Amino acid sequence: MPATIVQRNKKPFKKVKVDTVTIDIIESALRNARYEMDTVLFRTAMSPGIREQHDEFPMIANTDGKMVVGQFGSFIWGFMKGYDGTIEEGDIFLTSDPYSVNGAISHANDWLMLMPVYRGGRIIAWAAMFGHMTDVGGKVPGSLPTDGTTIYEDGIVVPPTKIFRAGKLNEDVLRVVLHNCRLPEWNLSDFNAITAALRTAAARCVEISERFGDDVFYSAMDAMLDRNKRAMRALIRQNVPEAKQFFEDYICDDGLNMGPYRIKCSMWREGDKCIFDFTGTDPQSISSINFLLNEEMFKMFAGIYMIMVFDPQILFNDGFYDLMEVRIPPGSLLKPLKPAALSCRTHALGRIFDILAGLLGQGNPDFMCGAGFSDSPHFMYSGYDKNGEWYQLYQITFGGIPGKPFGDGPDGHSLWPSFTNVPNEFLESYFPLRIDIYETIADTGGAGKNRGGNGLRIGYRFLEPGEISIHDDRWLTYPWGANGGEPGARSRKLLQRANGTEELLPSKIDHVKVEAGDLLIADTWGGGGWGDPLERDAKQVAFDVVAGLVTVEGAKRYGVIVDADGNVDETATASLRKQMASKRGKKKIFDRGFESIEELKSRCKAETGFDPPATPRFTKWAAVAAEAMKRAEAAAKKGSKAA
Amino acid sequence: MSYRLGVDVGGTFTDLLLVHEKSGQVWTAKVPSTPADQSIGVLNGIQKVCERAGIDPKQIDHVMHGTTVATNTVLTGTGAKVGLVTTKGYRQVLQIARSYVPGGLGGWIIYNKSLPMAPLACTIEADERVSAKGEIVRKLDEKALRISLRSLKKQNIEALTISLINSFANTSHEQRVREIAMEELPGMPVSISSDVVPEMQEYERTVTTVANSYVRPRVDRYVKNLKAKLGQVADKVKLHILRSDGGLASAQSAADYPVNLLMSGPAGGVTGALWVAKQAGFPNLLTVDVGGTSTDVALIQGGQPRLRRETTVGDVTVRASSVDIRTVGAGGGSIAHVPELTKALRVGPQSAGADPGPAAYNRGGTEPTVADANIVLGYLPEMQKLGGDMELRRDLSQIAVKKVGDALGLKVKDAAQGIYNIVNENMVGALRLVSVEQGYDPRDYALIAFGGAGPIHANALSRLLGSWPSIIPPGPGVLCALGDATTAVRDERARTYVRQFSETSAKEIEKILKELATDASKGIEAEGVKKSEMTTSYQVDLRYHGQGLRLTVEVDLKDLQKKGLKSISDKFDAEHKRLFTFALPLEHELVTLRSAVQGQGIKIKRQLLKSGGSNPKAAIVGKQKSYMDGKDVTATVYARGKLQAGNKIAGPAIVMEMDSTSVILPKHTGHVDKSGCILIYPDNHKAPKKAASKRK
Repeated sequence: MPATIVQRNKKPFKKVKVDTVTIDIIESALRNARYEMDTVLFRTAMSPGIREQHDEFPMIANTDGKMVVGQFGSFIWGFMKGYDGTIEEGDIFLTSDPYSVNGAISHANDWLMLMPVYRGGRIIAWAAMFGHMTDVGGKVPGSLPTDGTTIYEDGIVVPPTKIFRAGKLNEDVLRVVLHNCRLPEWNLSDFNAITAALRTAAARCVEISERFGDDVFYSAMDAMLDRNKRAMRALIRQNVPEAKQFFEDYICDDGLNMGPYRIKCSMWREGDKCIFDFTGTDPQSISSINFLLNEEMFKMFAGIYMIMVFDPQILFNDGFYDLMEVRIPPGSLLKPLKPAALSCRTHALGRIFDILAGLLGQGNPDFMCGAGFSDSPHFMYSGYDKNGEWYQLYQITFGGIPGKPFGDGPDGHSLWPSFTNVPNEFLESYFPLRIDIYETIADTGGAGKNRGGNGLRIGYRFLEPGEISIHDDRWLTYPWGANGGEPGARSRKLLQRANGTEELLPSKIDHVKVEAGDLLIADTWGGGGWGDPLERDAKQVAFDVVAGLVTVEGAKRYGVIVDADGNVDETATASLRKQMASKRGKKKIFDRGFESIEELKSRCKAETGFDPPATPRFTKWAAVAAEAMKRAEAAAKKGSKAA
Repeated sequence: MSYRLGVDVGGTFTDLLLVHEKSGQVWTAKVPSTPADQSIGVLNGIQKVCERAGIDPKQIDHVMHGTTVATNTVLTGTGAKVGLVTTKGYRQVLQIARSYVPGGLGGWIIYNKSLPMAPLACTIEADERVSAKGEIVRKLDEKALRISLRSLKKQNIEALTISLINSFANTSHEQRVREIAMEELPGMPVSISSDVVPEMQEYERTVTTVANSYVRPRVDRYVKNLKAKLGQVADKVKLHILRSDGGLASAQSAADYPVNLLMSGPAGGVTGALWVAKQAGFPNLLTVDVGGTSTDVALIQGGQPRLRRETTVGDVTVRASSVDIRTVGAGGGSIAHVPELTKALRVGPQSAGADPGPAAYNRGGTEPTVADANIVLGYLPEMQKLGGDMELRRDLSQIAVKKVGDALGLKVKDAAQGIYNIVNENMVGALRLVSVEQGYDPRDYALIAFGGAGPIHANALSRLLGSWPSIIPPGPGVLCALGDATTAVRDERARTYVRQFSETSAKEIEKILKELATDASKGIEAEGVKKSEMTTSYQVDLRYHGQGLRLTVEVDLKDLQKKGLKSISDKFDAEHKRLFTFALPLEHELVTLRSAVQGQGIKIKRQLLKSGGSNPKAAIVGKQKSYMDGKDVTATVYARGKLQAGNKIAGPAIVMEMDSTSVILPKHTGHVDKSGCILIYPDNHKAPKKAASKRK
C-alpha cells in the first residue's frame, strides 16, 4: 500500500505561462534555499562526518516529488511506496532502511528525513535531506562492519516512520532509536539539525509561493524541469552514440579475501533515450560491499557527469529522467536482495563514477577524465581512554583527483561535493592520537599531459590502546589513466608497532588492536593521468619536482631529465622523449596497468605483499530469488499488456 | 584647534573629508587617484581640502585612512614571495588545504586549484612537536632548522611565516624558530601564527599567517611612505588605518598585521553609510555598495555592523575579524548571456570590468553589461556624463543588449529589463545571506545604497525585500571617506579559553575579561584616547559541548555577578533558537573570551539642507524616456544639488549628480530630508509618517 496524502484543499494547481525571468528568479531563490539548508545543518550537527566533512545531501522537490534543486536525485516516490500511512500537514518522516526506499539511501548510517511543504491546505513542494550518522549501533563502532553478511549486523534500521505527527515529535520512537546508538547525543543533535534544515526549506518555499502565487510557483518548477530536459536531450544526442559502448571496473576485494568484483555497464542511445544496462555485473556479495543502487540516483549521477563535462552552466534537476533508462539485474552487486549487508557500499558507489567516465569518454575522448579518487575510504579508531571514557573516531580520507581535459588533478582532495577534512589539531584535541604525517605522496598521481593528483599519507600515532578499522580499496587494481595518461599508484596501509615490528594491513579490516605508540601509515591512492605525459611542458614537470610532488626519478615518466633544483636538461629530455615515443605502441584510450585479472593476480604477492584474493563465491538463494522476481515481473508485464 | 581627516583612495578618485573636532564642521574634496604612488593623490587632496577650509595642514591631528592596498595585493597576486616553516610532516598543509573541491557533485571535473600563497619550493619543515595540550613532545632540532633556513635564502624569499602544529596551545617553539630565523635571515619580516591568530585549526591559522606575510611588505612600504609624506606637510599628525572590523589600527600595527586590513575599504563604506543613516534616523540597515564588478552588502543592527570571524578576498579565506560584508559578482560591468542549451538569462559573474568596460564606453567592449541595460532602460540619461566627462554611447548599448534579446526572443528593452531584474535578484541573494540566513527579517530594515551604481538599483531592491525606506545618501561617492573620518579608535583583546561550564566559574570569567580590557585600553591609550572617553564591552564565544559552531554573546558584567554563568547560557540558548529554531539540553562550552575598548567617535555637525516646499520643480532639468516595470514611461529628471528639504519627488523620476544617478520607480515617492538623504517609499506604504517621526 503506498502512502495516502491528506490535503484540506483539493483544488488542483493550474499550469500558467511564466516568463523566463520569473523562472530564473524562482530558480535562484530555490537554489539559495537549498544552500541555506546546508548552512543550518553544518552549524548545528555534531557528527564530524556531517559537520566537518559535509556527508549530507539536501533537496527540494516539486509536488510530484521530482527534485528541482539538490544533488541526490528523487527518492520521494520510493519513500511513498515504502510507507503505508497518511501524509499530513506538519508531518516529518524518518527512515534509514535502504530496502524500504529502493536504495534512496544506501546504508543504515544515512538518516533520511522528508517533509511535505503545505500552503493553504495543499502540498506545494517537498523538502528532504539525509546525513551520515557517526554510529547507529550494530556489531562494530561506526556501524560499518566489513565482515557483516546481513543488514541486521549493521545497526538499527528505521523503516519509513512518521517521526513528527502534525508538528509533534514522537518521542517514544526516537528514544528507542537513540537507545540503540553508541553516541545518542550526537544522533539527537544531528536529527534536530536536519529537522531545522527541512523547516527552513519549507519556510522558503512558502515565501516564494506567497510572492508569486501557488500556480506560478508550481508552473515555474515545471518549467525548470523542462528546461533541464531540453538541455539534456541536446547533450545526450550530441554525446551518446547509438552504437553500444562497454566499460567495466572492479572492486578489489570484499573484506573476506575474495575478489575482484566486476561492475559492468553498457550504454547506447535509442532516439532521444540513453540506456544504461548493468548486465554482466557480478552477483551480490556475501559480504557488506553491496551497493543498492537506485535507478533514479544513477540517472542523476550520469546527468551531472554529462553536465559537468560538457556544459557546467546547466542547472541540474530531475527534468531529464524520462530520457534515461537504467537496467540493473536484481540479485547483483548493485541490486542486492534483502537481507544482504550494505554497510560498506562506499567503494561501489565511488566506482560508479569511474564507470561513467569510461562510458561517456569513449564517445568523446577529448572530454574524458582519468579514473578518480572513486571512494571515500574510512578510518575508525575507538576504545576506552585512561579515564574510562569511550572515544570513537570516524574519518573519511581523501586522495588524488584524476587528470582531466581542463587541467591537473588536485593532490589529496575529495571527489565528493563539499567534503572537507577534519583539522588535525581538532582530532588531537578530542581523540587520543597524534597525526605525525600529513602529506601527499610524490609520484603517486598518474603521469599525463595533465597530472593525476597524488594520494594522501596520514601517519596516525595512537596514544591509547584501542581498535582500528580500515575500509579502503584500489590496493590491487589501479586507478586507470585516460587518453594516453598513465594509471595512478595503489593504496597501502602499514602498521609500525611501538615494539619495532611492522605489518602490512589489508585494505578492508575491522578489529585491529593497537597499542599506545603504534604508528599507522595510511596511504590512499593517486588519480589517473590524462593525455600523453610526453606532451607535458617540461617546465611544469620541473616545477612539480622542486615542489616535491614529483621526484627526479618520477620526472622520467614524463621523459624529462631534471635535477632536484628544477634545472631541465633540454637535450637529454628531447632525446629521452623521442626514444620513449618510438618505443611505446599506439596511444591507449585506457591504461589500466594490467592485461587481465589473471595477469594482475600473478604479480599480486610480489607487488603488494598479499596473496591474491580468491575468486568470489556467491550465494544460491539470491540467484534463485532473483529468477523468481524476474518471472513475476514478466508475468505482471504480460498481464498489464493483456488488460 | 584640531582637525581630523578621512581619506579614501579608490580606483579613480581619492575622496577626502575634513572635520573640525570641536564644531563638527565639514569640508570635502575629490581629486584624481594616483595609482603609481597613491600618496601623491592624497597630498594633492589634503592641499585642496585645507585650502577650502582655510587652514594649515599642520592643524590636522589625525588622518584616518581606509585602504585597498592589502586587498588589491591579494586579488592581483602581486604579494611577496613568502617562505613558510611548518612542523615536520606538514609541509603540504597549504597544498592539501581542507581537501575541499567546490561546485557540487562532479565539480572536480572543472576545478583547477590555484597555487598556495607560500610556494612549496619555499616551504621547509622544523623537526619539533607540541601536543594539543601544549606539552613538548619533541624538542626543536635547531641545527637542522638552521640548515633548512639557509636553503631558503637561495629562493629569494621576501617574507617568512612560521606556523607550527598546536602552537595555539604553546607558543615557545614558534618563538624560538623566529629567533633563529632572524639570526639566519637578518632583516626578513617574520610573522608567526600564534601571534597573528592564536586559534585551533592548522590550515586556517597557516593560511592567515601566510596571507599576512604575503601582503606585509607592500602594506609596510605603503604605510611608511604615506606617513613620511604626511609628515612633510603636517608634522604632528597621527596616521590611523581602518581595519576590516571597522576599528582603527595605528600605522605600526597596520603594517605588522596587514591581514586585518583586507576589508579596510568596504568597512569604511559601511561605517559611512551607518553614520548617514543614523542622521536620518535609521539605525537598522541593509547596506548595498554597487561597484563595477561586484556588490558588497552588510547588515547593521541597532547601529552596530555585524562582525564575522573570517574574511574572504578572491579565493582566499582567512581568520580575521571583519564587518560581515558579503560580496556577489554582480555590478555595473557584469555581463549578461544566454547559454545555448538552457536558454536561460544569466548575468555575471563574468565582468567587463573597467577595461574594456560596458559597450557604451566605446572602448572595445561588445558584450551586454548591466550598465548597458541601465542605459537602454533610460536610467542613465543622455545628459549624464560619467565622472563628469565620459560620454555614453547609447547606440552601442542597444546593439549589445540586442544579442540577449535575440537569443531570448525579446525586444531590446524587455531584454534590458530582464537583465536589470536578474542582477537585482542576484544582489538580493547576497542580502538574504546577511539577513534571513542570520535570522533577521529584511522588512525590519531600511536599505541604503551607495557606490556609483547603487542608487539605480536601490528602489527595486527595497521593493524585493520589503525594506523601506530606500535611502540615497548625499554624495554616494564620498561615503567611505566619511566613514573613515567618523570611526572611533577601538581595540580588542581575545583569549582562546575552551572550558565547559562545569570546569569554570563566573568569577574566573569576570577576572579574565577585566584583564583583557586592561590590555586593550593600554593599546588605545597609546593612540591618544583619554581613559574617561573609553567604553568597554565584553563578549564570549560559546557553543554546546560537541558542536562545531560558536555564537558570540555580549556579556553584561553586572548580570554575570548577579546571575552567574546562567546569564550567558540563557542568551546563547535564545540566540541559538532564533537562528536554528531549537535549543539543546546540553552543557555549554566557552571557546573565546573577548574585551573591546572604544574611544569616542567624533561628532560631525549635520549639514542641513535648506527647507523648501514639497514641490521639487525648481530642481527639474529635463525629461527622459524610460522603461520601468515593463512599461514605457517619461521620467522627470532632477539635479540633486538643487533639491531642498521637504521636496517630494514622484516616480517615475531620475535624480542626477556628478558621480551617481538615482532611479525612483512609478508609484514611489522620494522624500528629501534635512540631512540631504532621499528616502524612497512606495506610495501605498503604510507607515512612512511613523518612520519619519521616529527621526525627531
